[in-house]
Amino acid sequence: MEAMRLPGLIDESMDILRISDLRIGFTIHGLSRDVVKGASLRVPAGKTVALVGESGSGKTVISQAIMGLLPRAGSITGGEILFRDPLAPETVVDIATLPAEGEGIRALRGGRIGMIFQEPMSSLSPVHTIGNQIEEALLLHRPMPKAEARELIEAMLKRVGFKNPKRAFGLYSFELSGGLRQRAMLAMALICQPALLIADEPTTALDVTIQAQVLDLMRDLQAEMGMAILLITHDLGVVANMADEVVVIFHGEIMERGPVEDIFRRPRHPYLKALLDASPHFDMQDGERLVALREARPRPVVASPPPTPAADAAPLLSVRGLHKTYVTGSRSFFGKGTQTSVKAVDNVGFDIRRGECLGLVGESGCGKTTVSKIVMRAVTPDSGEVIFDDGRERVDVLGLDGEDLRRFRPRVQMIFQDPVSSLSPRMTVMNILREPLVIHGRGDPAEQNERVRGLMQDVGLDIRFLNRYPHSFSGGQRQRIGIARALALDPELIICDEPVSALDVSVQAQILNLLKDLQAERGLTFLFISHNLAVVNYMADRIAVMANGRIVELAPRHALFARPAHPYTRALLRSVPFADLDRKLDFKLAAPGGASDDSHWGAAFRVGPDETALTPLPLGDGHFVLARPSADIRELVP
Amino acid sequence: MLIRYILKRILIMIPTLIVTSALIFTVINLPEGDYFETLAAEMQAQGEKADMSRIEFLKKEYGFDKPPVERYVYWVAGLLQGDMGYSFEYQRPVREIVGDRLLLTMMVSFATIIFTWVVAFPIGIYSATHQYSWGDYGLTFLGLVGLAVPHFLLALVFMYFANIWFGTSIGGLVDPAYLNQPMSWAKLKSVLEHLWIPVIIIGAGGTAGMIRALRANLLDELQKQYYVTARAKGLPPGKALRKYPLRMSLNFFISDIGDILPSIVSGAEVVAIVLSLQTTGPLLIRALQSQDMYLAGSFLMFLSFLTVIGVLISDIALAILDPRIRLQGAATK
Repeated sequence: MEAMRLPGLIDESMDILRISDLRIGFTIHGLSRDVVKGASLRVPAGKTVALVGESGSGKTVISQAIMGLLPRAGSITGGEILFRDPLAPETVVDIATLPAEGEGIRALRGGRIGMIFQEPMSSLSPVHTIGNQIEEALLLHRPMPKAEARELIEAMLKRVGFKNPKRAFGLYSFELSGGLRQRAMLAMALICQPALLIADEPTTALDVTIQAQVLDLMRDLQAEMGMAILLITHDLGVVANMADEVVVIFHGEIMERGPVEDIFRRPRHPYLKALLDASPHFDMQDGERLVALREARPRPVVASPPPTPAADAAPLLSVRGLHKTYVTGSRSFFGKGTQTSVKAVDNVGFDIRRGECLGLVGESGCGKTTVSKIVMRAVTPDSGEVIFDDGRERVDVLGLDGEDLRRFRPRVQMIFQDPVSSLSPRMTVMNILREPLVIHGRGDPAEQNERVRGLMQDVGLDIRFLNRYPHSFSGGQRQRIGIARALALDPELIICDEPVSALDVSVQAQILNLLKDLQAERGLTFLFISHNLAVVNYMADRIAVMANGRIVELAPRHALFARPAHPYTRALLRSVPFADLDRKLDFKLAAPGGASDDSHWGAAFRVGPDETALTPLPLGDGHFVLARPSADIRELVP
Repeated sequence: MLIRYILKRILIMIPTLIVTSALIFTVINLPEGDYFETLAAEMQAQGEKADMSRIEFLKKEYGFDKPPVERYVYWVAGLLQGDMGYSFEYQRPVREIVGDRLLLTMMVSFATIIFTWVVAFPIGIYSATHQYSWGDYGLTFLGLVGLAVPHFLLALVFMYFANIWFGTSIGGLVDPAYLNQPMSWAKLKSVLEHLWIPVIIIGAGGTAGMIRALRANLLDELQKQYYVTARAKGLPPGKALRKYPLRMSLNFFISDIGDILPSIVSGAEVVAIVLSLQTTGPLLIRALQSQDMYLAGSFLMFLSFLTVIGVLISDIALAILDPRIRLQGAATK
């Protein structure tokens, strides 16, 4: 404390925030538990400090403590949080000692420390306009006439990227896209020109190209306004591109901290090295495995892998000409109204060979989930054909109904994104895994129990867990239960819809490895849907890229990453942040309207004036790109 | 956009009311016989000689010899012109009978609603913001008692103690001395003296229910991220609570308006009988027992109409209050 009061000039070397030996305890059901155990870190003025860790490591709790917004069960049990305002450098406030809802902390919150969150949709009130919410923050800390406030707000909205700030002022959050919502949040957090911005996973919920834009905006605003940023994230790629200093936290303890150069080039602590090894990246060799932070339970080894079928065999699943249009808007009584139709799936076709993993990549809203639901027969397409061929008979999936459909169902199974909501909280693991066997009448109860035990071992779970309910498992364990359930009926095709995007990096590596092993052992066929290119790169043999309901490029994995032909694919690849200081993102290259805005694509990739439909043009080696039939192939290949 | 929405809702009301009226008519005509046969049977049971020719005449006069469909059309046509029909039992137009009792009924009901809101709102907010505190537990217990104890029992207990402690006369909404007198200050005072008993009794269940609902809704909203955002702006807790979570939890409350409107006129039937209140509730029950077709049917129809109007009002209020309903429209699959 004494040392802090020594000469404090407004210079770059001053620490805005200095946390020392911070301890935070949570009391749950009468048991108190330390969540943050003596953490120390600093945020220098005008710099970006990244706080990196897995979920549950205490990084969000630290940010809540800085804002004085700890949940009721939590409290600071020791240490100090010293905040020094660059506008009044001689006074140092210890936030840890301020009363939780007192005036002191409220003047800092929003006024001197701004905060943005992971989910911009839920962070903004849906029943108040964007302008109203920003205005509230401004007038609270800087009372001024409304007209003047309105001018400031519109200037700010323009600055964060709203093309028509006057109109944006009166919009509601649900009328905006995810990226614009996060921009509105930024405008709200920065309207009072705070000295510190706390960004808690600000881009985790956004698509990669939008993420690149928002990160770029944050850096620009930082340069203009000179605020410091405390960036909380688990994504080392984002850290490498944004941070000046890095703090690594694990189970409430700081493992390592220092300038980003030191941390990335000379990681001393094994935890950080492990974290780097656990995340999939584009430079992985064939057959290279992710190293999970904590190895899961060993699984029984299957001796002989099934024979791989001949390459020229008919594909297991063959999809042709799928169309699906959703109609939204109000329908009036007299047939008019404000209906708009959205082409969710527009002439989509692909094959999945037996034993192959086909990756389906695209940003949110591109139609990839709709495609999977059509294959599952959960959504009926407007037109198209889905043929399932197991080598013995050809099944027209869309033509099935009644008992035929019921008998077909076990052959295609699904692994879902959210391991919490996809398991019934009222069923034990035993019941969850037995249910598919019971529905399809596989074996007597004794055989079913035996089968369930086998499944548990297959996915690396202890059979003693069978009588537990899902809530007593971690996210990774729950996802294993979901995988076991999908395997229960010995399906031939498994659709994985974003199976790891709700999981932490370390757990993600375990699940991806498990899926790979299962595929190798049983010759499973996967349709692997994800928005994360690195994950798809790790899993898939061939990759289809979807944009605006169409497959714009389809290629073997190597070809897609080495020679991407479509501008959308290139924009996606350009926007992925690498956890590598030597390959920083060029933020300015990100397409202004998002990568799926086809007005930025080359003429060859858009429907031309002659209205001829785009077709997949072969570029050789099974590499196809959607372009005008008249386009010159040599020009398309980079 | 909003006007279009309202027009649409009004159009939807028409088929709803047609179906309701058909249902009411069918149900009332379901039991064997009609009012006149019941009357004749009652008279014979009491040893009086029923004038069968007069009964036949009345049956003809009121169209009871015609097929049900024709009677239904006749009834509905009358309703459309504001004619609610004629009560056989009271020998007066239905409109007059109901009208007599409507003022008192509405007085009791309005007082009940205001009582419910005034009590439930602060308690619900307190319970939600002080979850699992002693205050929350205590108020929750009281609320459950309010929900669980049958109204008629409460009514008897209250009447007894009101009489013992305050000397209030048993039953009714006014001291018997004023019963047939014109309205005066003294009579109003007497009414107010009696009013609190039915208000508390009828309101007890509703208040308890509303406290539970408000508490649950508000607890959900307090967990939401936008509330954290509001506090992260530096808003004082009270203001943040009022502007965001409370506003969001009002939706359920507004949807409730749809149920409130008919309950204003129907009057809580059972309690009203126990307390012998001169409200519409006991009237309806008596009419149903004696198969007084037009009195029962028209009154039920009136209630249905108020329900539909109440739902319309709450829908419009929701659309005004919640931009998501106003602007997003319904998505079809």
